[in-house]
Amino acid sequence: MGSRASSLLREEDIEEIKKETGFSHSQITRLYSRFHSLDKGENGALSREDFQRIPELAINPLGDRIINAFFPEGEDQVNFRGFMRTLAHFRPVEDNEKNKDPNAGEPLNSRTNKLLFAFRLYDLDRDDKISRDELLQVLRMMVGVNISDEQLGSIADRTIQEADTNGDMCISFSEFIKVLEKVDVEQKMSIRFLH
Amino acid sequence: MIPRVPFRPAPGHRTLMGRGLLMFLIMTLILGTILPLGASSSPDVSSRNGQDNHNHSHRSQDHEGKHHDNKSRKAFPVLEFDYQHVRIPFEIALWVLLASLMKLGFHLIPRLSSIVPESCLLIVVGLLVGGLIKLVGESPPVLDSKVFFLYLLPPIILDAGYFLPIRPFSENLGTILMFAVVGTLWNSFFIGGLLYAVCQIEGANLLRVDLLSCLLFGAIISAVDPVAVLAVFEEIHINELLHILVFGESLLNDAVTVVLYHLFEEFAGVGTVSVVDVFLGILSFLVVSMGGVLVGAIYGFLSALTSRFTSHQRVIEPLFVFMYSYMAYLSAEIFHLSGIMALIACGAVMRPYVEANISHKSHTTIKYFLKMWSSVSETLIFIFLGVSTVAGPHQWNWTFVVMTVILCLVARVLGVVGLTYVINKFRIVKLTTKDQFIIAYGGLRGAIAFSLVFLLDKDHFPDKHMFLTAIITIIFFTVFVQGMTIRPLVDLLAVKKKQETKRSINEEIHTQFLDHLLTGIEDICGHYGHHHWKDKLNRFNKKYIKKCLIAGERSKEPQLIAFYHKMEMKQAIELVESGSGAKLPSAMPSTISLQNIQPKKPADRALPQLSKGREEEIRKILRNNLQRTRQRLQSYNRHTLVADPYEDGWKEILLKKKKIELEKKISQMNNYLTVPAPPSDSPTMARARLASDPQAWRVKPDTDNVPTIKVDLASPQSPESVNVVDEFGKRGGQPQREPEGEDGGLTMKVPSSSGKAPTKADSDDPREQQRLMRCLSDPGPAPDEEEDDDEPFLP
Repeated sequence: MGSRASSLLREEDIEEIKKETGFSHSQITRLYSRFHSLDKGENGALSREDFQRIPELAINPLGDRIINAFFPEGEDQVNFRGFMRTLAHFRPVEDNEKNKDPNAGEPLNSRTNKLLFAFRLYDLDRDDKISRDELLQVLRMMVGVNISDEQLGSIADRTIQEADTNGDMCISFSEFIKVLEKVDVEQKMSIRFLH
Repeated sequence: MIPRVPFRPAPGHRTLMGRGLLMFLIMTLILGTILPLGASSSPDVSSRNGQDNHNHSHRSQDHEGKHHDNKSRKAFPVLEFDYQHVRIPFEIALWVLLASLMKLGFHLIPRLSSIVPESCLLIVVGLLVGGLIKLVGESPPVLDSKVFFLYLLPPIILDAGYFLPIRPFSENLGTILMFAVVGTLWNSFFIGGLLYAVCQIEGANLLRVDLLSCLLFGAIISAVDPVAVLAVFEEIHINELLHILVFGESLLNDAVTVVLYHLFEEFAGVGTVSVVDVFLGILSFLVVSMGGVLVGAIYGFLSALTSRFTSHQRVIEPLFVFMYSYMAYLSAEIFHLSGIMALIACGAVMRPYVEANISHKSHTTIKYFLKMWSSVSETLIFIFLGVSTVAGPHQWNWTFVVMTVILCLVARVLGVVGLTYVINKFRIVKLTTKDQFIIAYGGLRGAIAFSLVFLLDKDHFPDKHMFLTAIITIIFFTVFVQGMTIRPLVDLLAVKKKQETKRSINEEIHTQFLDHLLTGIEDICGHYGHHHWKDKLNRFNKKYIKKCLIAGERSKEPQLIAFYHKMEMKQAIELVESGSGAKLPSAMPSTISLQNIQPKKPADRALPQLSKGREEEIRKILRNNLQRTRQRLQSYNRHTLVADPYEDGWKEILLKKKKIELEKKISQMNNYLTVPAPPSDSPTMARARLASDPQAWRVKPDTDNVPTIKVDLASPQSPESVNVVDEFGKRGGQPQREPEGEDGGLTMKVPSSSGKAPTKADSDDPREQQRLMRCLSDPGPAPDEEEDDDEPFLP
């Protein structure tokens, strides 16, 4: 498996991905073999069904949303580049990154970008606001079926009320950031990709 | 016979002078008590004490004489002095009292308590007391190791284990274990080995100290002490990560210490340690630690299971928690397993299930009992450390002691730096230099080391006294020097402090959201990391364990909901505390509303003002009915607790709220005077609320003829509740003002008040309707669940 997988991935691709996402060479290779193992159709791209075949993802309350996050707007296939780009959000933040290239813009795994990723999972209609309904949907997914709608509604209202500073009854991205300022997002939203 | 102490009653107990006087009086009392005790137990009985004994024996002889002669020649003693009878409990109580008074006294001197940590002050007090006792010529009591390990240490550890923050602990478990196991091993061998090398130096007069003794000493002294760490770190409010690292290390290194201690003690007699022994030692370590945890987990499980069935006997719920934990500790000690780890495991395992099962009052009881016991234990430990210092036979050896101190510091620093270098390769959030410094600096030694040395056999370890002196010096050094300087250092280095604010619902939701997200991503990557296993554990927990350990409906309650309820309750309590005491119409105490009352917009509410006349009427009715309430109290039975309807779940509160709204609409009563609760801090009210046992009252389904004072705890800013509450605004009970736009938060109840008559309302029994009516005058409803909110802030 290993040799076949890496032969399909060219060196220049690896270099590009490395630059874009910051992963190391070995990490990229390993993730490529994972990508390959998920890709049952062997067409170099993953479809939604490929993701849904992962058993644990099926029982994850947010499974569908996470899968959707991999696919760019309107598309049904995600190639390895897109796969890595999404996963790059979860790379641990490294201190020495800040010094590398100030002109390159924020790396994908910066705190803001991590939060933006999470925000987009709430905000399905991409209007840059988490409305009450969107929040309710997420709550309903996380909490299960036993809780009544009113209870959930009150939680949602309370949540919005706490976070909302400009009174529009929605949580904007800046409000979202503010609410999570005490949470150690760098640690919570990072996966230790083994070298 | 007590030397006469001029008992001048202190002029004012509240003044500083008064307090100080009282304390000194107590101390003198103690002295006076201890003297005859010490004297009477020692072989050489001085004359005046001999007289005491004499009298006692005389009296007993006389009694015998009485029996024989059948007539008494001596007059019947109207007032006897029989101290031996109550000696031991008396002493114990006196010591505990002294400890508590000390704690009180320190905080009266404001400057002192901010500079010097409490532990230092307590040791000083111990020194003083010991010195006083010695001055009088008696031998001061020494910290008995058995008493320490069996009675003084468990409460502190249980308190720590029960309230252990599981999330940061489990997230940093790898780091903590590294520090605890590898760090302690490194420390003990480094210190022991180098000390032995020092002892070999000619001229130090230490040649007789052999390697094993040194290693044993190193093992004892290298362990970071949880009591000392707790005492010092509690006051500096350092950030959670560092706190859990140092504290976790101090807890988990117990296993290492136990194994090393027994290992070296066993073989100190023999003199050599073979390879097999080393291997057995490693095995023993695994057994001790895993075994301890297992024992603790079993008892924790049993305790959780028991708590499932206690819904009818709420009074003894806390007892189960304490007894099971103590049994866990003792059982572990039977097999020489790590008692501390057993205790921690027991507390941590049983907590989520027990808290879901027990009543709110029991929860408070457990919390306060644990805090109280651990506080007293800690105080006693430090005082006794001071006293024992004065008491114990010392053998001062400059070289040994100074080298010990230096080596301890060096070993700690090297150990922390080295380990951090290795650990940082595996951590997501690396430990900075500042963190390392604090970890190294926070390695305090304490009473456990002292007690362990005390347990040594003098025959095998002829240098026991020297060890004792050295350990005491180390303890003093770490507690005094490091304890006192750590606070300014923390400020100087600008180390992150603990955030005081509570978790908001947002944080909770988003954290859970992120948990799910990360688990999903990990699954996609095929990476079985932290989140994956945590998720699996949670799922297993929910599916099997919760079902069998948690009673009734609560077992299905998702964590988010439980959190939300807890938060709402806390908020309700806070609002009652803060909102009361203001003028009647506008400031209304909280409601158990399931929404947040947005504190930012009070001015926007248009609150109806009650006219003066109405106010007077309200007040009159309140006064009258309050008096009536007092006369109707049920007889007190110490075995029954007021039923805790709060346990029945939030759903019912929800329904009740809806019923109330519905009822408002239904009721057409003119004299249905509803008034917000009067200032809840009036003791009368408090007592009335507390004492009125709702179970005594039969429920009156109809309230037509009775001027019910319905104290609906409405939110301060909720216009709708005000509306509901005001009885003259005969708006047909239509609290229809669209609350959505204004307060934006009261949407929970709105379903009922926006005209959507909840269909469920009709099916519920009328009893439900009454539930939230805090009818002071009237036979109130059955279980008055609001009562419980007041409990925490009523003495």
